[in-house]
Amino acid sequence: MLNLGYCKGSMSTASSGGVSDQFPAGLRVLVVDDDPTCLVILEKMLRICLYEVTKCNRAEIALSLLRENRNGYDIVISDVHMPDMDGFKLLELIGLEMDLPVIMMSADDGKNVVMKGVTHGACDYLIKPIRIEALKNIWQHVVRKRKNEYLEQSGSVEEGGDRLQKQSEDADYSSSANEGSWKNSKRRKDEEEEVDERDDTSTLKKPRVVWSVELHQQFVAAVNQLGIDKAVPKKILELMNVPGLTRENVASHLQKYRLYLRRLSGVSQHQSGMGNSFISTQEATYGSLSSLNGLDLQTLAAASQIPAQSLATLQAAGLGRSTAKPRMPMPIVDQRNLFSFENPKLRFGEGQQQHLNNGKQINLLHGIPTTMEPKQLANMHHSAQSLGSMNMQLNAHGDPSGSLLMQMSQQQSRGQILNEATSSQVPRLPSSIGQPIVNNALASGVLARNGLAESGRGTGFNPVSQSSSTMNFPLNTTAELTATSFALGSAPGVPSLTSKGVFPEDINSEIKGPGGFIMPSYDIFSDLQHHRSHEWELQNAGMTFNGSQQSNSLQSNVDVASSVLAHQGFSSSQSNGQGRNISAVGKPMFSAGDATDHVNAQSLGQPLNNFFAENLVRVKTERVPDASLQTTLFNEQFGQEDLMSALLKQQQQQQAGIGPAENEFDFDGYSLDNIPV
Amino acid sequence: MERTQLRRQVALTRQSLFDQGFLDEQFIQLEDLQDDANPNFVEEVVTLYYRDSARLITNIEKALEKNSLDFNKLDGFMHQFKGSSSSIGAKKVKAECTLFREYCRAGNGEG
Repeated sequence: MLNLGYCKGSMSTASSGGVSDQFPAGLRVLVVDDDPTCLVILEKMLRICLYEVTKCNRAEIALSLLRENRNGYDIVISDVHMPDMDGFKLLELIGLEMDLPVIMMSADDGKNVVMKGVTHGACDYLIKPIRIEALKNIWQHVVRKRKNEYLEQSGSVEEGGDRLQKQSEDADYSSSANEGSWKNSKRRKDEEEEVDERDDTSTLKKPRVVWSVELHQQFVAAVNQLGIDKAVPKKILELMNVPGLTRENVASHLQKYRLYLRRLSGVSQHQSGMGNSFISTQEATYGSLSSLNGLDLQTLAAASQIPAQSLATLQAAGLGRSTAKPRMPMPIVDQRNLFSFENPKLRFGEGQQQHLNNGKQINLLHGIPTTMEPKQLANMHHSAQSLGSMNMQLNAHGDPSGSLLMQMSQQQSRGQILNEATSSQVPRLPSSIGQPIVNNALASGVLARNGLAESGRGTGFNPVSQSSSTMNFPLNTTAELTATSFALGSAPGVPSLTSKGVFPEDINSEIKGPGGFIMPSYDIFSDLQHHRSHEWELQNAGMTFNGSQQSNSLQSNVDVASSVLAHQGFSSSQSNGQGRNISAVGKPMFSAGDATDHVNAQSLGQPLNNFFAENLVRVKTERVPDASLQTTLFNEQFGQEDLMSALLKQQQQQQAGIGPAENEFDFDGYSLDNIPV
Repeated sequence: MERTQLRRQVALTRQSLFDQGFLDEQFIQLEDLQDDANPNFVEEVVTLYYRDSARLITNIEKALEKNSLDFNKLDGFMHQFKGSSSSIGAKKVKAECTLFREYCRAGNGEG
């Protein structure tokens, strides 16, 4: 209610001590709790603290609210036990997709539960009954987060961002106990001062290091060389030998990467089938992202939930790592999730669920996937799949991204599909395929879009002149994910992005239609590919997907793709200026790959991812100014989305003068016309 | 006149609730939240609580009627109930919830 000139900008850019006088008044809080009594009480308390409050009693509503207003909220307070979604999962999603500080609360004060909150990335944990004093101090988390982001960007701070973050976390942890006791704030202050002193430039604002695809690839290569356990920032830095890169950049990136891997392993366990699991679990969405290739669809399906997961899965699959399970299950049902990689972390590839949404967990993914994606994208050229997957992944990102992806995929797919898929409209989808992951809006549609959209849906994507139907990204139907499997399956020749059955039923139907649907993605990818010619050869990826399987094949494809993508995405994610965005894209790719066992898919996935990622990255950079998508895409949280949009944009650009096609999804500018038919 | 008397009655009742351990400090917090903007805040909250808990209790009863008690589910219900109760300061109810949960954990159907 009070919006007393509280502006984030001033907050974040201000020096460590400087915050606007009215702060923390006007802080925009989102409260999620299924208990109406508690909800009302909290709302009242927060109002008294002069915060702006929005309350909702369901996690999905919260997620959609957050996705719709990317920068609409500063902090989220969520209950642990909720009937529709686990509070921790929501926590991860939000962290990944939007990277907002999240406070958990519960009547349960058992240590293990609190620990769970911490590990999932909660800024704080409050025990019910909540006292108003505890709420008075929640603004500190917002400040802290901003500061850390800031510092992270600036490379001059000697202390790794990790350290700072860790300290912050410590402070956070005790803060709930002390309610922002003097000790905490003092400690934090000291740290800040230290950091500041070390800052040569004396400004907190430093140019954000963009983990481009190449950079990320270098990073991953270095890490693999050293061995994940032995990889220390210093050595990685040396191995990478990139001028201007500081140890701290590497450190924070490494941290994210580790989380991402952990998530992947978790996800891979989670999803047995990869393909299907993606969709089913939100987390999978994350993973699905990675599988953009073929899996994307799957992931997309599930995606929306787990873009990160999909990525993780993909990555895991692709990378063969069984890292932490992506927490985010890919709920296929969660169309939005599927497509939207919301997980910010996942940004990279995970887009599935939120793609980017999975913030915390996927953080690693973020950086990585995004890079991967671009790369994948590049590789994807072969396979429309990648497109699909990318689309899927991208889609998973969140609707906005999804649209981009879709567009992209559409474009790509269009190009490709046009060639290959006679049928359809579907091709369009392929472009969107990447999008599928973009949950945001696209979620359901995305999937559909990718694969399906093309086929006939044509809806979602709208402007895509290609008619590729970008599959209705907005298709909220979870089925959409299946669609993402896009077109892959659609065209026999098409990289089998076959929409995974997992994806919402709706989509499946769509995908089925366009046999050639998937193909389009190929085209697009190929186009994209040239953008970034990453090593990955999509050839395999694209092909293997031969979609006919549609629902399932896509999944597998996606999985493979995702893994490939994920892999790729990792490196590629770097490329994007947005870093995040790309990562998101890259991630999704991974996720996609995870799910399936398809070996082919994997190979494909990767190229696709790369290709995709690259494209996305490319697109983004190029189109940044253009598409409004960009804005949507570039949401901090959605790496993937952006990636996708970027890709799409690129595609569009490539295709034709790139008229920004107005996607339903938010892609503003990609006109699918670009896709050469 | 009557108003004063009523007020006094209300105050007494309220005090007794505290004394008997039905309510605790959280309730006072709630009262502090009430201001001119929301004069009936406490009333609204409590009404909301009653409605919600009535629903919960129905669920609990249903679960209890079954032959084989699903302790996990019951535990879940109790957790919810406990959360609500503690939010409004219903101390006694909260204590009962805790006790109930103990029984659930022990698998004690009789309790």
